[in-house]
Amino acid sequence: MPEHTFTLNGKQVTVDTEDNVRLLWVIRDLLGVTGPKYGCGINVCKACTSHINGKAFNPCSVQVADVEPDDEITTIEGLADTVESDLHPMQEAWLDHDVVQCGYCQPGQIMAAVATVRKARDEGRELSDADIEGIRNVCRCGTYFRIREAIKDGATRM
Amino acid sequence: MAGHRADPAEPDAVSPDTSFSKEPTSRRRFLGYLLAAPTLVAAAELGGPTVFGAPAANAAGDTGGGIPPSPQLADSYDLTDALVHAARPTANLITITLDENGHAHFELHRTEVGQGISTTVAMLIAEEMDLPLEHVHVTLADARPELMTNQLTGGSSSVSSIYYPVRTAAAVAKGKLLEAASLVLGEQANFLSSKLGVITSSAGRSVSYGDLATKAASDSTKQVEADLKSESDFTIVGKPTRRIDALDAVTGRKQFTTDLDVPGAKPTMVCRPPTINGTVGSVNNAEQVRRMPGITDVVTISSGVAVRGETYGQCIDAVNALDVNWGPGPVDGESDATVEQKLKDATPPAVIPPTPATKTLERQYTFAFVNGSALGVNAAIADVKSDSAEIWSTLKIPIAAQEAIAELLGMAITQVTCHVIPGGGSFGRTLFHDAALEAAEISHKIGKPVRLMWHRADDCRQGRVHPMSVGTMRASFANDVVSFEQHHASVRTDFGHGLGDAVSSSVATHVPGVSYTVSEAIFLLTTPSFYNFGITKTLLTETHQSPENNQPRGGFNTSSVRNVYSPNTATTRELFVDELAEKMGMDPYNFRRKYVKNEKLLKVLDKAAEVGGYGQPTPNGVGHGIALHHEYKQTMACFVELDCRPETVNRKVRDGVTGPRVTRGVLVTIPGHVVVNPLGMEAMMQGGFIDGFAQALTASVHLDRGSIAEASWDNFFYCRQWNLPFEFTPVILPAEESETPAGAGEMGVAPAFAATACAYRAATGTTPTHFPINHNDPLPFEPYPHEPPLPPSPTNGLDYAY
Ligand code: FES
Ligand code: FES
Repeated sequence: MPEHTFTLNGKQVTVDTEDNVRLLWVIRDLLGVTGPKYGCGINVCKACTSHINGKAFNPCSVQVADVEPDDEITTIEGLADTVESDLHPMQEAWLDHDVVQCGYCQPGQIMAAVATVRKARDEGRELSDADIEGIRNVCRCGTYFRIREAIKDGATRM
Repeated sequence: MAGHRADPAEPDAVSPDTSFSKEPTSRRRFLGYLLAAPTLVAAAELGGPTVFGAPAANAAGDTGGGIPPSPQLADSYDLTDALVHAARPTANLITITLDENGHAHFELHRTEVGQGISTTVAMLIAEEMDLPLEHVHVTLADARPELMTNQLTGGSSSVSSIYYPVRTAAAVAKGKLLEAASLVLGEQANFLSSKLGVITSSAGRSVSYGDLATKAASDSTKQVEADLKSESDFTIVGKPTRRIDALDAVTGRKQFTTDLDVPGAKPTMVCRPPTINGTVGSVNNAEQVRRMPGITDVVTISSGVAVRGETYGQCIDAVNALDVNWGPGPVDGESDATVEQKLKDATPPAVIPPTPATKTLERQYTFAFVNGSALGVNAAIADVKSDSAEIWSTLKIPIAAQEAIAELLGMAITQVTCHVIPGGGSFGRTLFHDAALEAAEISHKIGKPVRLMWHRADDCRQGRVHPMSVGTMRASFANDVVSFEQHHASVRTDFGHGLGDAVSSSVATHVPGVSYTVSEAIFLLTTPSFYNFGITKTLLTETHQSPENNQPRGGFNTSSVRNVYSPNTATTRELFVDELAEKMGMDPYNFRRKYVKNEKLLKVLDKAAEVGGYGQPTPNGVGHGIALHHEYKQTMACFVELDCRPETVNRKVRDGVTGPRVTRGVLVTIPGHVVVNPLGMEAMMQGGFIDGFAQALTASVHLDRGSIAEASWDNFFYCRQWNLPFEFTPVILPAEESETPAGAGEMGVAPAFAATACAYRAATGTTPTHFPINHNDPLPFEPYPHEPPLPPSPTNGLDYAY
């Protein structure tokens, strides 16, 4: 079987599996990193949202062969390390606003929130309501109100 | 928004609206136990005759206008009472164990699915024991058959049932700690004070709970009396408190069923039939599929063909590669239109005859099937050996799962262990053990452990749905309304999970001499009267309930979905009240003011109107709706402002629907008793409100010749960020005088659904007859094929990186 190498949460990893296995299963089933959740497998629910080289993406819809050895993948487990802290400011905002209900969607929500703030900054502007409405992540428990407050607060701390 | 929110950032601030000054019971004494153990273990009986007073009846007919309604069962005895009473007969104990670090441990016989019950229980224990909240650890108990109907998480009844028992056990523990401390500190117990896990004498000497854990241990098991803290002394209960499991969730450490590392339990999925509960014929290429990369097993089971492999991705490919001859399912002849017709045909004519002196108004509204999926799909791990089985799954009634699995495997109940895992949501889905039973069957057949996960498409298409229903209203009126009749015709709701038995046995005891079916009992328990409308009647008829339909996989797969009947019955009632108001020449708000049957309803109605700004001028195409509801010991009113202007309705979102948008919402409640965690209740009010307007506007599934079209969240239009109201205000008014704390998990759905329907009528001048209002529009998506069953994962994910 082909070997695939990339960086996951700051560590280089190599896996033996078919080229077309989607990255979500490589991360969860083969590497045992379970922060990114499955909610659809077709890039709709966004529960698996993680970062590739700092950008939000959905590993359920990327073949492992399309990930390069120098790609850096970050899941929720590695988010705090990117700011060398116990918690990323967005995670702190999430706790302060008591966003979580069942929690299943929340790793993806937080990863999406961080990328959304960064994207706005990179475009030279502050986060807008339209940016937040562009976040497609589903929360079936209905934590959307608190998510909205937490993103705005988290953005001020980033 | 700020005025009524519980603010977690200021832990000392008590929101004035959540105080509970009118305390019905001050210090109260209960019986508990000390158990023989190496460290302190205190216990209490669940339920027990001394714990619960008689349920308080709602006074009827005590406001202004109209003719008092004929009494309804739910006016004096409702679903919460029935579930609380179902928790009484067990003579079994819940226990709190103190460890040598002074931390309390409690195995909760309820299931955490996001409703925050573990936080609530931890708060009760911390309060009664004077412990810091962080020193209380709540885990979920395995199935405990001896608890019978008491190990059941449903009907938003958990807090109502365990408020006193948990406090009693904690009070016993604290009493024993004080006794042990009195020996250590050389002072009488009543001179000692306890705070944050430390007991201090009047002389200023102190000892920690950790140091007392073994000294306070009992060498025999004995019954003791315990005084509960007076509620006016509460310092934790009633304070907005953040969830104790949030840190694990935001760091990705919180583990759901499919995250568990059970040795050998490899990913497993099932290839399912194209129509609901279709039958499995022959498999033409099982051997070939077994040789696909990563696949270890292929086996036919009662619901389809199971595959097991190294990754779920490889299972998806294998499922789609299977060539299976499917037989028909039990409802292949049914589509939305045929079911609706059956429901209308099942609706009997009016019971109350019109008189020549009165006018009559009659209306009918149809409610589509609604997807019942949580975000965490159905999943279970099973490890079945020749003489034992071990199961891990989110099970709200773990005993029912244990019994069913034992029966399937021909084992004794004691050979089956069911571990209860926190759920990625539930909304009624995990009252059933569909995944656990299926996983047990697969593991049994292949002789290996399996980690079964349903694909989202399966969860949408073969998973349980909220049944379709037709609500029919008839009223006769002259100057006042003299009769008010509500008929609810619904596809059968499956109560085969045990909750129904719990409820109907409570009802049988409470209302002797009348025999109700499970459905009738639950219906009656959730349909109280609200208005002084004279002779008041509510009636349920269920279709699709022949014996065949009651077999496993015999008809539609139904369940409650964040509430059983109420979202549809409340919307039927409240929308009709608006129509009636118009016929009688009044506006909806003043009409309700005139006819509500008691002061509490009037109070929440006025508050919702005031906070929402009901009746303030709105632009053309924007309207206000207001609706009342009572359930789970909550008296509620909901206000909705809905924007139906073309520029809003026609907003474009890729692969999503927009439509009318709720711009402002208010949900007001008078809870039954102390609100343990107002911050948690507000979260439930937010979630329930979202469910309600989504079901009014966009959220349904479409049935076409036995198949459900929807297969993803881009097909089933539950709320997304772009549908969210700009403003939502939860208002918790001071609790009424009752002994039963209110339930919160499902409270907001019915009033929000109803208020949104009323707002749509106000905004557009059109009264909707079908819900959600977009259900009969052309499908806004191209359905994924039903064969092969699973939409393949895309490969272009990187194109969407941002
Ligand atoms: S699982 Fe990846 S987007 Fe849903
Ligand atoms: S918190 Fe449950 S799905 Fe979002």
